[in-house]
Amino acid sequence: MRFVSLLRLVTILLASVAVVLPTQAQTTLLNVSYDVARELYKQVNPAFEAYYQEKHGEKINVNQSHGGSSKQVLAVANGLQGDVVTMNQASDIEMLEKRGIVAKDWRQQFPHNATPYTSTSVFLVRKGNPKNIKDWDDLIREDVTVIIPNPKVTGNGRYTYLAAWGYAIDTLGTDDAAKNFVRDLFRNVPVLDGGGRGATTTFTQRGMGDVLVTFESETILIANELGKGKFDIVYPSISIDASAPIAIVQPVVKKRGTEAQAKEYLDFLYSKQGQEIIAGLNYRPRNEEVLKANAHKFPEIRLFTVEEKLGGWSDVLQKHFADGAIFDQIVVNK
Amino acid sequence: MALAGSKNFSVLPGFGPSLGYTLVYLSLIVLIPIAAVILKTLEMDWASFWSTVSSPRIVATYKLSFGAALLAAAINSVFGLVLAWALVRYSFPGKKIVDALIDLPFALPTAVAGIALTAIYAPNGWLGRLLEPLGIKIAFTPVGVLIALVFIGLPFIVRTVQPILEDIEIELEEAAASLGANRGQTFWYVVLPMLWPALLTGFALAFARGVGEYGSVIFIAGNIPMVSEITPLMIITKLEQYDVNGATAIAVVMLVFSFILLLIINALQAYTAKKTGRSF
Repeated sequence: MRFVSLLRLVTILLASVAVVLPTQAQTTLLNVSYDVARELYKQVNPAFEAYYQEKHGEKINVNQSHGGSSKQVLAVANGLQGDVVTMNQASDIEMLEKRGIVAKDWRQQFPHNATPYTSTSVFLVRKGNPKNIKDWDDLIREDVTVIIPNPKVTGNGRYTYLAAWGYAIDTLGTDDAAKNFVRDLFRNVPVLDGGGRGATTTFTQRGMGDVLVTFESETILIANELGKGKFDIVYPSISIDASAPIAIVQPVVKKRGTEAQAKEYLDFLYSKQGQEIIAGLNYRPRNEEVLKANAHKFPEIRLFTVEEKLGGWSDVLQKHFADGAIFDQIVVNK
Repeated sequence: MALAGSKNFSVLPGFGPSLGYTLVYLSLIVLIPIAAVILKTLEMDWASFWSTVSSPRIVATYKLSFGAALLAAAINSVFGLVLAWALVRYSFPGKKIVDALIDLPFALPTAVAGIALTAIYAPNGWLGRLLEPLGIKIAFTPVGVLIALVFIGLPFIVRTVQPILEDIEIELEEAAASLGANRGQTFWYVVLPMLWPALLTGFALAFARGVGEYGSVIFIAGNIPMVSEITPLMIITKLEQYDVNGATAIAVVMLVFSFILLLIINALQAYTAKKTGRSF
């Protein structure tokens, strides 16, 4: 008797869940992306929807999901029905590749190794550069404090750490010397924020630190808009290429029959219109013409990639960021 | 009560359905997710589990997370009691507003709380600016963690103690006074014993909330390894490396610690409730 009423209860619960499940109406795409790309895709998506409507005479609706990049990728691996992933670090997509969710040849499916834009890590200093910070070796001076987001949890912080490492390898030669260099650097970091934006707030609003190291796109945004007239951008002698990779999520587009639309959406990022939106949000576009038109924003800087200088992401994660690896060693034994 | 469990002797109706409902609900909402955490952890072998949860950096976070949560709950027990007392025993202009303010830490998204606290206690903030010349640093230190936990824990104490205080008749205190007790004695020997169970409940709730708190703490902590990292950050860090097993391993340790501490607090609570003849 009691058991029966229990069963009834469970049935009612399950039935109410089923009712809530959505029904498919028009074609939709879900773009699963990282945190700071929110502004970018807020502009890209309506532009693509209009373009698609004009070209095919059909409506399409692109939804976006943003969050910390690793968390987003984990969600996709666990079954979040994203048609495409747009990230800021190749290792995130490699993780999906390993699980067979993204095709092995994802880098060949779109131009520039499937990266429609790039950025790099540069310095933002207080107006007039009172501490005279010019290059990476100024960041290890004892009188300088540096704001960098936590490399253990942010792509932004990882790129900065690796840029400093690359500089140290170039100028000092050995791994040991580079390790000491990054140790000295992180000794000057008083706060390890959990996100790129958090670090921006710490530097701009809390007044902490003499220099913020973050993505170029972020520094342009702060210097020109958020804190106009209060900060200067400084380009170091060398930095890291932070290309943003994209990929189609195979099982999802196959299941939903959206492969063509997903490809068209990602192709749109490479179109002139897409590239102009990208440049407008301070990312370095791939299209030569658009890049030239925005040359004032993107000065020439010597860049190296993780693949060519550091042996690829899986090596880098293993050597630097795994538990007990170099980053843990330098921050624990300061 | 004793009869209700065995057969249908109870005069109160509905034992069967309500127990069934309790078990189903508890399983769906609490037990199944926790079982998933434990199952995921069981995928690890003992050696890697142990090396994960006992690494010096993680151990440092246990100390901070549990230490700060206990200390914050203790601080709130004292000052929350005073607040509840003032709200129940006296009337003053703006009392309704003060009463509503107490729930604010509940309602505020924790990230908002964290950002607001950081803004105030940062070296260039309203309070931080005054404290900095004195050599006192709050934001981006373990003290900041404590402040954030005190902030979010306050309503638990006030809201558990308040109704009990309201129930205590003023006559009891007057009787104590007329029998020659001074104010301190009245408080220690008459009022406080009646409040212990409620205080302990509030303490347990505030503590449990503090241990798991992430949003408000993460902005003010500074997250310096071995100094101001909290355990939930370590879990996030593991997830960033796609190390789901490592993350659940730390979660299991937190669960076990918290469960033991809550059991102790509940036992204490039951003991004091029995002693004072009150159940709460």
